[in-house]
Amino acid sequence: MTTTVAVPHHPVEGWTQPSRGIVGMACLVLAESAIFIIFVVAYLFYIGKSVSGPTPREVLELPIFATVCLLSSSITVHFAVHTLRDSHVGRCAAWLAATVLLGGIFIAATAMEWYDLIYHYGLTIRTNLFGTTFYSLVGLHASHVIVGLIMLSLTFIFALTGKLAQVHSERLEVISIYWHFVDAVWIVVFTVVYILGR
Amino acid sequence: MFLSPELLAMVGSAFSPILRAAALLPHRLQATQPSVLLALFFDRSSTSVFSPQATPARSIFGLSMLVLSICATIFLIVAGLLLFTLIRYRHRRGYTVREPAQIYGSTQVELSWTVIPILIVVVLFLATARVIFVTQSAAKPVSALDVVVIGHQYWWEYRYPKLGVVTANELHIPVSDPAQPTPTYLTLSSADTDHSFWVPRLAGKMDVIPNKLNTMWFDPDKAGLYLGQCAQYCGVQHALMLIRVYADTPAAFAAWVAAQRQPAAQEQSAAEGRAVFQANACVNCHTISGTTAHGTFGPDLSHIASRSTIGSGAVPLTSENLHAFVEDPAHFKPGALMPAMHLNDHDLNAVTKYLMTLH
Amino acid sequence: MATQTQITVNPALHRGWLHHLQDWVTTVDHKKIGILYIGYALFFLVIAGVEALLIRIQLLIPNNNFVSPETFNQLFTMHGTTMVFFVGMPILFGFGNYLVPLMIGARDMAFPRLNAFSFWISAFGGLLLYFSYFAGSGLYGAGTAPDVGWFAYAPLTARVFSPGHSTDYWTLSLLISGIGSIGTAVNLVATTLCMRCPGMKLSRMPLLVWLYLVVGGLVFVTVSPLTAAQIMLCIDRYLGGHFFDTQAGGSAVLWMHFFWIFGHPEVYILVLPAFAFANEIIPVFSRKAIFGYPAMVSASVGIGFISLSVWAHHMFTVGMGPGPNAFFTFSTMAISVPTGIKIFNWLATLWGGNIHFTTPMKFSIGFLFQFLVAGLTGIILSVSPFDWQLSGSYFLVAHFHYVLVGAILFMIFAAFYYWYPKMTGRMLSDKLGSWHFWLFLIGFHLTFDFMHIPGILGMPRRIYTYEADRGWAIWNMIVSSGAMFQAVATLIFVWNLVASYFKGEKAGPDPWDAWTLEWSTSSPPPSYNFAVIPTVESRRPLWDLKHPEEPDSHYE
Repeated sequence: MTTTVAVPHHPVEGWTQPSRGIVGMACLVLAESAIFIIFVVAYLFYIGKSVSGPTPREVLELPIFATVCLLSSSITVHFAVHTLRDSHVGRCAAWLAATVLLGGIFIAATAMEWYDLIYHYGLTIRTNLFGTTFYSLVGLHASHVIVGLIMLSLTFIFALTGKLAQVHSERLEVISIYWHFVDAVWIVVFTVVYILGR
Repeated sequence: MFLSPELLAMVGSAFSPILRAAALLPHRLQATQPSVLLALFFDRSSTSVFSPQATPARSIFGLSMLVLSICATIFLIVAGLLLFTLIRYRHRRGYTVREPAQIYGSTQVELSWTVIPILIVVVLFLATARVIFVTQSAAKPVSALDVVVIGHQYWWEYRYPKLGVVTANELHIPVSDPAQPTPTYLTLSSADTDHSFWVPRLAGKMDVIPNKLNTMWFDPDKAGLYLGQCAQYCGVQHALMLIRVYADTPAAFAAWVAAQRQPAAQEQSAAEGRAVFQANACVNCHTISGTTAHGTFGPDLSHIASRSTIGSGAVPLTSENLHAFVEDPAHFKPGALMPAMHLNDHDLNAVTKYLMTLH
Repeated sequence: MATQTQITVNPALHRGWLHHLQDWVTTVDHKKIGILYIGYALFFLVIAGVEALLIRIQLLIPNNNFVSPETFNQLFTMHGTTMVFFVGMPILFGFGNYLVPLMIGARDMAFPRLNAFSFWISAFGGLLLYFSYFAGSGLYGAGTAPDVGWFAYAPLTARVFSPGHSTDYWTLSLLISGIGSIGTAVNLVATTLCMRCPGMKLSRMPLLVWLYLVVGGLVFVTVSPLTAAQIMLCIDRYLGGHFFDTQAGGSAVLWMHFFWIFGHPEVYILVLPAFAFANEIIPVFSRKAIFGYPAMVSASVGIGFISLSVWAHHMFTVGMGPGPNAFFTFSTMAISVPTGIKIFNWLATLWGGNIHFTTPMKFSIGFLFQFLVAGLTGIILSVSPFDWQLSGSYFLVAHFHYVLVGAILFMIFAAFYYWYPKMTGRMLSDKLGSWHFWLFLIGFHLTFDFMHIPGILGMPRRIYTYEADRGWAIWNMIVSSGAMFQAVATLIFVWNLVASYFKGEKAGPDPWDAWTLEWSTSSPPPSYNFAVIPTVESRRPLWDLKHPEEPDSHYE
């Protein structure tokens, strides 16, 4: 069976459109931002409203070191993307390792902070409104960091096993957009929880 | 169930007011305003928003007439144009021109149907904002009656802090004379889930929310019974969380207050029932003043026999109904939080007799 | 200049049913995924329709005992949740999936595997929700289906007031299908922005594609707040959190804000595709280009933005102060301006046209009148003092069903009759379509016109029975009778879909003499859509081909 259809067709000069990967990741970032905003709003709304239990001022210390590590990892991942674009896979692997290491330090520091809060101060998610909103917001962020670390580690392993090449630089850039987003969220969380909230 | 005599009687009774209205129409039409026609149509019901009997309900009614007129006009114009267009430009046999003239737009026309709606919106918004602020920011007169309303699953608790009265499910308030207003101010909160207090002829509804205090007021100018019910889904028996507001003349109200302030009746003939009540778990949930019953989970029963219904309007208060209710509340209100008390027949009769003496 | 393409289908290769099943289950083709979404939604339309029928039988007369209060409360919860999330969203994503790549001259969506994943995870969400009927006490005890209403207000959803798992089925099934919605939206946006054929600038896209772009953007900022709120609810119910725990200082109103920040834009996500279908169908059967394309684009984008600012008109009775009440009144009234522009532009498209009353057009005309009424009752409700009376009453139920059924479902029916030939290569029966239309129209108006009256007479929603002396009974009876007509009409429609697939008149590539790119492929299109990627010079490339003496490109 043959069907003939007329399809309009003429040549068009210089037709370019944005990259699918970048647009797709930008959309995901938009959606994730909306989720975080709701948790931030809940946190702000409940500041000072706990009826009992430890307050932020009593138990929170500024996580300066962890913050510096996490924000620096944005710089390292930026270099990872650039070195891959210039075909220096070895250097890219090194920058990726640095990113994962810095992100890992951040997670470890968060874990240590939580250990302290739970066992020393008795603050859990069910203690009071502060506990509920704190662990939810910081935990949501930490889980996003972990997902990012998994993606970066996989890329690092690909780099070591020779599977990573310059053609993948845009995909790495997409991952880096996610990572920059995670860092930007931390700036907001840090401000809201450790500065405004205390 | 489907074709019972009650059904047919209902259908008949529904149509008779319409027929009566239709008969009167030619005479009424000259001097009639839309609001009167509507009231004629809707007055059959005791909870119509078009039969206001207090200031808040009246200001809402006035505003609603404005918005309904605007919307009706818009509908007639636009739907009329649509209908005209569909008829005038329908495809007719013998219409040989293949495609009509392609018109892509017209700035002038489009501007006009942007600007005119904006103007209508501005007018409507200003009229609305005025009523919002007047109703919600009204200053409370000194003569106002304060009532605290606490919503429960599935009954209403009413407390009159300055009068020392606690009751349930039937709210008595004084009629308000427009010359010297004595409105009732309600402070509303919930003991459990969200509820909403809605008596359409008196005011718009106000939600009743735990951990939040809301306020509302109304000033009925005619004595009578005003019906309403909970208007926010609150659980299984949301449907039977009814409201009865009695607007009493000043004398009747004073008498009611005086009676409610008395401790519960202690009639000799009901002593046995009182003993049964106090010996059972009833006292854990209910209060009867002057006895050992101080429970607050359920309604205050000190003057239960002065009410005309039980179960927050579920059934009329009669000896038989009360007996059945105490035996098993789920009989009338499945899902109500009062458990079946599993009293033997003798105790059940005694308690019922006792409760019926509590005027 | 057009390229003639020959598409040859080899009939000799006979495939077994197992092969077909595997093909459909593992497909990443946007057209098949679109049809999967649509079929899935139709299945749930029938189920949720039965739930509505049961509700209406219970409310036929006062003090009825057709179903228990518990079952009734489950019925309205499941009816609402199913219709919004497992009928409305999937059917609209289905049409979007099918049409957007075809209309922009692309071969598939931007992320085909994500597309498939999004469908299957959404489907799983629906099945999880309905598993709740079988769980707990089992089917005859109506299981443990959720009974907290489709917007699940706190603290009714707290463990203490909703023991057992019924609320969890609600929360988790929506959380899971929400992931699918976000995935589909990513595809819609990335495909539209990155894969248009040469020459198709944004200002030359069909309006359907524009509207789905706005829908995609709305999904990102709308479904996410619901996801966040549901995570918070899970934390409350399972980890002892206090987000909505009023006993510990939590706020019931906070849930309402979060839910309606989702809930209001959600109904725009549902209605914008209906506008999209109207924008394609009304011009074709008026034989005129859509009037005011740039205004239509601006109005659509404007509606998207304004819809994010109106949410608390669902909360006028909650006890916000006069300031917020006034603000949300204003924003809700404001959204009527771009919406009105759209209605007037449709009217102007019809004006001076040559109107053919085909079945899709009949449903579109029903849409026009009914959407006008729905919008006007929306304005009535936006007047917050009047809303203090009408919110939570049957007037409100009538209003939103007028939009959901009278506007959206009517346009969905129109879209079926219009694009079924493209999807299957067969025309739907016009005769059955007429029966469907008229029966449904009568039933719709019997039910939803008269439903406004009990609301005015003070009847609240979500009550399993009502007092006989309120004057509501006769109106409820009329409302319930209309449901029967709609049920019969829907069955005729489903029969039409099935029977026409086998016996319908064969449709060519362009049975309606239309103008957008999907009509330049065969019916159904081959898996790769276009052998040669088209290029376009105007908004109606096929009009240009058919009318070389006065192409659109001269006037745009």
